[in-house]
Amino acid sequence: MTSIEAQVQQPYKYGFVTDIESDVVPAGLNEDVVRLISAKKGEPGWMLDWRLKAYRNWLKMEEPHWPNVKYGPIDYQAISYYAAPKKLPKLDSLDQVDPKLVATFEKLGIPIEEQKRLSGVAVDAVFDSVSVATTFQAELAKYGVIFCPISEAIREHPELVQQYLGTVVPYNDNFFAALNSAVFTDGSFVYVPKGVRCPMELSTYFRINASSTGQFERTLIIADEGSYVSYLEGCSAPMRDEHQLHAAVVELVALDNATIKYSTIQNWYPGDEEGKGGIYNFVTKRGKCAGRNSKVSWTQVETGSAITWKYPGCILQGDSSIGEFYSVAVTNQRQQADTGTKMIHLGKNTRSTIVSKGISAGRGQNTYRGLVKIMKGAEGARNYSQCDSMLIGDQCGAHTFPYIDVRNSSAIMEHEASTSKIGEDQIFYLRQRGLSAEDAVSMIVNGFCKEVFKELPMEFAVEATRLLGISLEGSVG
Amino acid sequence: MLEIKGLHVSVAGTEILRGIDLSVRAGEVHAIMGPNGSGKSTLAQVLAGHPAYTVAAGTATYDGKDLLALKPEERARDGVFLAFQYPVEIRGITNSYFLRSAVNALRKHRGQEELDPLDFLQVLEEKLKAIGWDDTLMNRPVNEGFSGGEKKRNEILQLAVLEPRLAILDETDSGLDIDALKTVAHAVNKLRAPDRAFVIVTHYQRLLNYITPDVVHVLADGRIVKSGGPELAHELEAKGYDWLRAGAMVS
Repeated sequence: MTSIEAQVQQPYKYGFVTDIESDVVPAGLNEDVVRLISAKKGEPGWMLDWRLKAYRNWLKMEEPHWPNVKYGPIDYQAISYYAAPKKLPKLDSLDQVDPKLVATFEKLGIPIEEQKRLSGVAVDAVFDSVSVATTFQAELAKYGVIFCPISEAIREHPELVQQYLGTVVPYNDNFFAALNSAVFTDGSFVYVPKGVRCPMELSTYFRINASSTGQFERTLIIADEGSYVSYLEGCSAPMRDEHQLHAAVVELVALDNATIKYSTIQNWYPGDEEGKGGIYNFVTKRGKCAGRNSKVSWTQVETGSAITWKYPGCILQGDSSIGEFYSVAVTNQRQQADTGTKMIHLGKNTRSTIVSKGISAGRGQNTYRGLVKIMKGAEGARNYSQCDSMLIGDQCGAHTFPYIDVRNSSAIMEHEASTSKIGEDQIFYLRQRGLSAEDAVSMIVNGFCKEVFKELPMEFAVEATRLLGISLEGSVG
Repeated sequence: MLEIKGLHVSVAGTEILRGIDLSVRAGEVHAIMGPNGSGKSTLAQVLAGHPAYTVAAGTATYDGKDLLALKPEERARDGVFLAFQYPVEIRGITNSYFLRSAVNALRKHRGQEELDPLDFLQVLEEKLKAIGWDDTLMNRPVNEGFSGGEKKRNEILQLAVLEPRLAILDETDSGLDIDALKTVAHAVNKLRAPDRAFVIVTHYQRLLNYITPDVVHVLADGRIVKSGGPELAHELEAKGYDWLRAGAMVS
């Protein structure tokens, strides 16, 4: 091992298992399972119909294999599609919730008890297939902001869900989105009414706990005219030898003059150094800038998962709407990531910005894949893309696949790309000034990611910086 | 302060230094001169602990400690500073953040409280004032987009702020125009102190027109072939290095 490689071996910090009584549906997938999930959630008929439509469509679809990642076949019949702790809270009280659940989230740094809550951040805590608690709901309701588990929204706000669900990511969009549409269990729902600036950060924390289960979360965020919301998601899972599937769908809708800022800190279990275990993170995320001057901004820090496959995109439909994508993706050990974005320019004078930072260490493989499409009617569209790759050690890989499709000659496109390698000389320079090898790597990597980190809400930028340090610890020495 | 005895060093299997003896006392300025490939920069890098160099034989004692047994960061924290010939760029990190991190690493080692950004700014201003420089480089990313002269000036600026006891300058004069050379030399002269020693590695004599060394050593083929006073530098300027190399081969 060269001294550069000697440094990425810190155990995954969130790999513990909560020993809790769970209601787990036996493995396997068929229409009865879809009906069972719908029944457990107490859903109306229209929702079940939509699920079944998705399921029947999914049966006809094939798992995509175009991403630049390698993995064995997934047995969809070996996965349990629903797992929930038995003791769940009633209404907004945590009294009846299993204290082990409260302790679990506390251990993850997400206190959900009233007196310990993070100030200024409302949290929806999702454990396996169900939402355990959603904080500050009453406070937010004063502003007309709805923030609740999506299963609750389906029951309580069916008109909003029916109006928007599947309008950005249709039930038949792709293989994993169709699967999610059939079996999604929980996730968050946000509605910010006209002219309201959401008074606090909203966030959802996803925790996979049960073994042999998949997590299929679904999130829908609607920002009505002139509103603003900043939302953040985090996630983690126990260390297990098996691979677990996480196939989420996130839909964002921004109406006239509305802004949605969506940040992700993804820290699913990445598997061990030999590639055993870890989460398959196959996710469809898309935002629609439906209105004039609307804006959807994605920021993601992807450090976990055995395999990551996601392209948070923007459909820039409203004139003068703005799409942004800021990404840091780290692959270490045997991790693989194929991630990037899609910016689809439909409206006039639409603008998009892409800043992607890929970091590969160990035997990690990191792929940026991005599509910028300027449609015929997108007069005056602009895109700026910047893709930077950093390599640590000599056994990892970085790949870039930018697709550009311009159908309007007034478009202005800029694309910059770079690949660099953290060298002994850079590390030596910093060590010669008194920094330890770990601090030196951390400084170099943080500098590399700075343009992305500055987009994160302040509280989480610190977390991201720290997480990145942990993910790369051991890769240099 | 620094005592080197019989130092043999190789890089990638090739022996570069072949028995160096050197003694530097506090307050002294030593110039190491020599033709290209003589091992001057290797000596500088080895003293700072660059991992690419292997010490085959010999010792280097710094303040009574076995210098060669220390990690690069430990040497730095103990007051060994290398002004690099080719300073590297660190993207996205401002010079002031970088330098504050370095200062704090040293302070922590000495059991002093770390400086917050405001305190650091004050310290920085004092140090800059002492050498008569401004802070225009401080808010730019470390060495990114710096001209050759700015990079070298940045090294000396770090030297001024970190206040090492042993400062090694590796070809700080290369690539500098005459004005930049004077600026850098002026700063170094201001930084000379009774408890601080300088080892200045240079190919040309011109830097020594502005910094007067106490001792000049000539390095050729991995050995010190001649040592003398400041006048030796002038002699080299006039006669070149060849006469010494031939002499080295005869002896």
